[in-house]
Order: sequence, then C-alpha cells, then structure tokens
Amino acid sequence: MSTNRKGIEVSIGAADAVAMADVDVIAAYPITPQTHIVEHLSEIVARGDLDAEFIPVESEHSAMSVCCGSSAVGARTFTCTSAQGLALMNEIVFIAPCMRLPIVMILANRSLSGPLSIWNDHSDVMSIRDCGWIQVFTENGQDVFDHVFFAFRVAESRQVSLPVIVNVDGFILTHMIEAIEYWEPEMVRRYLPEFNPVNRLHPDKPVTMGAFGMPGIFTEAKKAQNEALLSSKVEILNAWKEMGDITGRYYQPVESYQADDADTVFLTMGSLSETVSIAVDRLRDQGKKVGQVKLRLWRPFPFEEFRQAVKHVKKIIVLDRALSFGGPGGPVASEIRAALYGEDNMPLITNFVAGLAGRDVTVNDYMAMAEKTEQLAGSKVRQDDYIIYGVRE
Amino acid sequence: MPKKNIEEPTWRELPVGCVISEPGNACRYKTGDWRSMRPVVDKEKCIQCGVCYLFCPDMAIYKNDEGFFVADLYYCKGCGICAMECFTGCISMIPEEE
Repeated sequence: MSTNRKGIEVSIGAADAVAMADVDVIAAYPITPQTHIVEHLSEIVARGDLDAEFIPVESEHSAMSVCCGSSAVGARTFTCTSAQGLALMNEIVFIAPCMRLPIVMILANRSLSGPLSIWNDHSDVMSIRDCGWIQVFTENGQDVFDHVFFAFRVAESRQVSLPVIVNVDGFILTHMIEAIEYWEPEMVRRYLPEFNPVNRLHPDKPVTMGAFGMPGIFTEAKKAQNEALLSSKVEILNAWKEMGDITGRYYQPVESYQADDADTVFLTMGSLSETVSIAVDRLRDQGKKVGQVKLRLWRPFPFEEFRQAVKHVKKIIVLDRALSFGGPGGPVASEIRAALYGEDNMPLITNFVAGLAGRDVTVNDYMAMAEKTEQLAGSKVRQDDYIIYGVRE
Repeated sequence: MPKKNIEEPTWRELPVGCVISEPGNACRYKTGDWRSMRPVVDKEKCIQCGVCYLFCPDMAIYKNDEGFFVADLYYCKGCGICAMECFTGCISMIPEEE
C-alpha cells in the first residue's frame, strides 16, 4: 500500500491526478473556483512535464467544442469549469454523450448567478441533470484525486464510451488543504489502460460523427443513449472494485454511515456530508437512532442500492443545495421521493434547501433539521412542503 | 422472414454514437419525397441548351440518351427553378396529384 501522503490543496491534487492520467488535450477557460485546477495544469504542460496540448480557448462553449473534437480523434481529453462556464458550454455538453465521446470534466460546483455569486452550491450541476453524462459527487480531497482516474477509466471503457462529470464543491473542497495519498505511477498504469476508442476520426476508416437524426431515427438514438448510460453501471461498479483492490478504498454508488439500525437518515451529496457525519455522532450520543446515506453516483441513478439503503428507514431528511423555482423544492428530494414512489411503507421525507451560495451549514443546523423532522413525524409532508433553511423571514 | 428495412433500424442496431461508417451514403436519401410539383419537359420546345442543368440547386437534372435534360425524380424536390430559368419556357411544373 502506498504511503505517499501529501498535505496539498485539493485543486492542485486534482490537477496532478489529471497529469498522472497522461491526458492528451486540456481545453478550458478560467473561472472561479475552478481556476487553480487548470492554472496548475497549464504550468505542468508549460514546464514540459506533461506531453499534452493545453488549449486556452476564448470561451467555455469553445472549450467543450474542442473537447468533442479531440475526443473524437482518440485523444484523452479533460476540461474543467464552474457555474456560468458550464452554462456557456451547455449546448455542447448535451451533444458529447450522444456522440459517445469519453470526455472527463471536473465541475467545481458554484451557484448559478444571479445575484452574481462565486460561492458553492449545486445549482450548476442540477441545471444539466439530464445531460446524459455519468455524474459522481466527491466528499474530500482523496475522493477527488481517486475519481480523476476512475472517471477516465469508466469513460473510456469500450463498454461505456460516455463522458463523466466529477463534482467537486467549489472553495469548501477545491480550496481546502487536505492530506491526499498520491498514487504511484505504476498503480495508474495498472488501473487506467490506454485509450482505445470505439470510433475515431481517422482517414484509414472514415466515419461521420454528429450527423443529424430525422424523426424516424431520433427516438431510437435517444433510447440507445439511455441504455448506454444505464448499462455503464456495470463498469462503474467494476472500476470502483478494482480501485479498492489497488488503493484499499472501496467506493460505492450509495454509501452509509450509522444507517444500519437508523430510523432517521440524512441524505447528502458532496462535501457537506462530512459535517453531517458529526451531527449524526452527536445525535447518536443523545440516544437518537440517526444515520446518514450519501449518494456518490448521481447518474445513472442507483435506484436499487438507494432503495436497499433506506429499506428500514422511517424518515429521510434530504439536503438540497439548489432550488427548483416554482417547482417541487429541491431537485434531490424530488428524485428521492420519485425513487421510493410505490414502495411499501414509504418513509416520511422532509426537504431542506440549505447552503446556497456557500452559506455555512453547521452541525447545529443539521441537528435542528433532525429536530424539525421529528416534530413533523405523523403529519403529512408533501413534495411542495420544502423548507428553505435559515432564510430570514 | 420479411427483409428488414435498413432505413428503420431498432435502437440496438444503431452504431455506437450514431456514427455513419459508409462515406457518401447521403445519395441514398430520397429527397424526391418532398416534391409537390414535378418538372415536365416539352420536347417540341426544348433546344437542349442545359440551362436547367446549370441552375438546378440539387444536381438532380441529367442528360438522357436522346440529349434532353430531365429531372431525376428520386432527388428532384420540385423547387421549379429549372422552369423559371428555362429560356424557351419548355418546362412546366405539374402538380403531383395528377
């Protein structure tokens, strides 16, 4: 087992991992809080330590367009953005998965303006929830580092051939200095084979990519795309298993903490999960049967694992870091309710929208949410009964 | 087994990423389906000058064995540019219903 631990900023660690994955093309435009990742990569390329093209494009729309082109010729391709940058690349983001281009993107999660904000929440990723990329969330620096290799491994697998987004909370994770265990180059070689694409733009075997689809073929194309995303889970599970065998860290689509005998669980995604774990410990100290269920895999949604994880649970407290305006509150709670619809003994589900644009959510806040959920036990809580936590009335 | 129409593949039969691996296969696309009017040449008036051939935006006009320029109805969309440009007025646009 490697003991190559470094105290390092998570963004720098992520950039080092991208370089260790031996990418061929990086196309990105700087945007806070993603900047440290691409700036560091730019330095690595400029120093000559990585044989790659760093393409400093004029916009994120161009960044994703470049990524599609480079991935199509068989180059290992990386990009990185946040919020408004993601919004600007939006048009091309939806095209990459249909063309089955295995691009890897780190999304340094930031709130979508307005009001203009650079701080962290999940409104950016939720705006492209249905874009067709594989989407995972990370909780700490080690998660981020490991998931760079995971992302390339899964994306480029010939059974998958789909782009992957690794969500990393802006600032509260990207700018933290944490202990990260670096992989040895030999581990990367073992885990991540050379990119051997299913299709490649090459004169030896010409193909047309991105042709238009008439109504007579469009439905079949979308069904094929959906099936590809659903069936990618086989390789996702396989890639996590093999990573565990190499690093000793076994990741799961749904991970639990103190949830085995819990009657109430917090449902979290991303870096706030660690704070929730502390709240769980304190509530346990008070004798309350509280636990935590974390969604690591967001797309394809792990229905089976999630239902199994909450099978015995009576109350679920869903944390949302985004708001569906005029709709069902938080997008995560909406999906959690949908995933459990029709199940026997459906639990009470409360939905707290919290931590918007980097506002702190503390251990005490989570304990207050648990208390509020306790009060609501036995009453009827519907989809639109969400609570915007901590808002000044 | 009836022969499967290759223009209507199931989702399983689509190539990965919907790539088209056969170059130049757009020639199989029947744009003649779009036509509501069909160009008909009056051979008495036609002087075989080929101006219709030059102006056809879809290269859908060819010279037949008799030396007349006529539309290939597999591709002709019936736009009527040939009839408009014809010096002698020998091309009429006839509704497809007839």
